This record gives sequence, structure tokens and C-alpha cells, in this order.
Amino acid sequence: MTLRRLVHCALALTVAFAGLAALYLNLGAEFAGLAQLLVYVGAIAILIVFAILLTRGDDTAESVFSPSGLAGAILAAAVFAVLAWAVETSGIVHPAAIPAAPPEPMRSIGLILMHRYILPLEVIALMLTAAMIGAVILALREKRPQPEQIQRSSAQ
Amino acid sequence: MVPISWYLILSAVLFSIGVAAFFIKRNIITVFMSIELMLNAVNLTFVGFAQQWHEVSGQIFVFFVMVVAAAEAAVGLAIIIAVFRARSTLNVDQIDLMKL
Repeated sequence: MTLRRLVHCALALTVAFAGLAALYLNLGAEFAGLAQLLVYVGAIAILIVFAILLTRGDDTAESVFSPSGLAGAILAAAVFAVLAWAVETSGIVHPAAIPAAPPEPMRSIGLILMHRYILPLEVIALMLTAAMIGAVILALREKRPQPEQIQRSSAQ
Repeated sequence: MVPISWYLILSAVLFSIGVAAFFIKRNIITVFMSIELMLNAVNLTFVGFAQQWHEVSGQIFVFFVMVVAAAEAAVGLAIIIAVFRARSTLNVDQIDLMKL
């Protein structure tokens, strides 16, 4: 966050994503960990780096310690204080002994995804397809002249 | 066995870093990256609770959040590239065409 160059920010974010994937695997959530590795480290990081490369030449040096930066830091500290207070005072995080069960295997996740959550799965697949098509349409701007240019050239 | 409150605190730290970057930085790609960081912090909370209660639904929900984040990333970066082509800047203070 405090790094100056945009590419360094993106690389640090990728490292953070990879660390989160390792944490998921450590927690016994293989599905979430591997999905994190594929989606974030594999796809979104590359996407961000490509966006940075395509929008080159806008490396405006900005200082973190400006008045608005101070306000943002204070706000973030307040958010963290509220969250930490909520975590520490809630009774959920210090439970009575929950019987240790074996972690859910991949198989049960797949079965539940295909039975109970089949409708959300289909809806989200449709949404993802629509979003991809929309992204392609947005990014691949056609080379047609803009309408005001047409009017200007016809006026001349 | 690490207690779940540590994971929740780490998630809170990540979320706060995302909030700070969201308000401090002026580059739109950095703002976008901070949003991704906040989404990941919430995902960590989901996975932590799913592991504590041995629930599969937590991982399912993390999966859905990831798909939505991927769609958001694709559309958001396409919009960023389109804005950069039109305005040739990425500063959020200068992209104020819709301001009254």
C-alpha cells in the first residue's frame, strides 16, 4: 500500500494472495485454497499486471502522508479497532469444546454443490459468462470515429 | 491448533489495510486492488468459521465470492482500460465527468 510504484503494489498483492491460499490449505480447506491459487494468483494477478502495462505512463508519484492520507489512516485504524473489539468480546470465537470431526473431503463439497446449491451455481455461471462478454465488449473498443467527430466532419 | 480468533484478527488487519489503501491512494488500479484485498479478508473469515464448525457451506460461499470477484475484476479492469483510453489518466480526482 505504501509502495510508490504500481507494479510493486501488484506484486505485493500477489504475495498476499499466495499467503492466503497457504493459510486456507493449512486450515484444511483444500477446495478454497486451490480455488484461491487458481483464481487469484493465476488469473486476477495476471489481469492486474496486464492492466498496469496497458495503462503505462501514468505513474504519478503521490505521497502517503497528506491530510487526506492521515484521515484515511485514522479511518482504517477505527475500522480495525471496531473489528478487533468485536472479535475479542464475542462468545463465538471462544467456544466450548466442539467435537473434532475430520475435515470435509472434496467429494462432499462437489456433491453438495451439485445438489443443494445447483441453482446458485447455474446463476453464477450465467453471470460470469455475461461479465466476460461485457468485459470483452468494453475493452475492445471499435475503431469507428466518435459521433461528435462525424458531426464535426460533416459540418466542415 | 491455532485459535480462530487469530485468523479473525488477521482478517481484520487485511481489511483495514484495504480500507486505508482505498482512502489514501489516488490511482484507480490501487483502489481496485484494495477492494480485492478486502474481499480476500472476508473470505479468510468464512474459511476460518467453516473449519471451526466443520461446515461445507463456508467453502461453498467462498467459492461464490471468488466467482463474483473474478467477474468484477474482468469488468472493472476493462472499464479502467476504457477510461484510460478516453481520459489518459488514472487519477480518481481527475475522472470526475459525472460530478455535478
